[in-house]
Amino acid sequence: MSDTKARIDEILQKSDVVLFMKGTQFFPQCGFSSKAVAILDHLGVGFETVDVLQDPEIRQGVKEYSDWPTVPQLYVKGEFVGGSDIMMEMYEAGELQQLLDEKQVAKA
Amino acid sequence: MAMAAAEIEALIRAGIPDARVEITDLAGDGDHYAARVVAESFRGMPRVRQHQRVYEALGGRMGGALHALQLSTATPD
Repeated sequence: MSDTKARIDEILQKSDVVLFMKGTQFFPQCGFSSKAVAILDHLGVGFETVDVLQDPEIRQGVKEYSDWPTVPQLYVKGEFVGGSDIMMEMYEAGELQQLLDEKQVAKA
Repeated sequence: MAMAAAEIEALIRAGIPDARVEITDLAGDGDHYAARVVAESFRGMPRVRQHQRVYEALGGRMGGALHALQLSTATPD
């Protein structure tokens, strides 16, 4: 588990915006993951995705990492933001854009 | 593996006694639900924490027996 945690730390250090999801950005394998990608696309922010279906260790590890039971999971500058429902609520309230601005995340 | 709406509602109420819970069966298949949970005890909590409280009430079923739960939380007006 600590190895997995180190791997997740490393992934989060490499990119400002990371989405752990089922499938890929272009072929999401789950409605929730698809919604999460659509929100980030709409915000026009650059992001990395990690397909947890390709990596059972990360799939389990990321749930423990954030104490969050489901995927997708969004991280901004290493900090857990939430799953797709929270992303949608924040997006609709303009809070997601605000968070990206505050954290000075570059546009794609 | 599916769960009944009443069971989901009962678990959330048991975990968060002041919660008002509305469950919608999104697909009519007993597997895709939306839950709206309104509780005074959420006041002052960040959204992530509010959702975590609901997941705690569901006691590990989230992501297992319960795959698709679209969750929204709020405090009473």
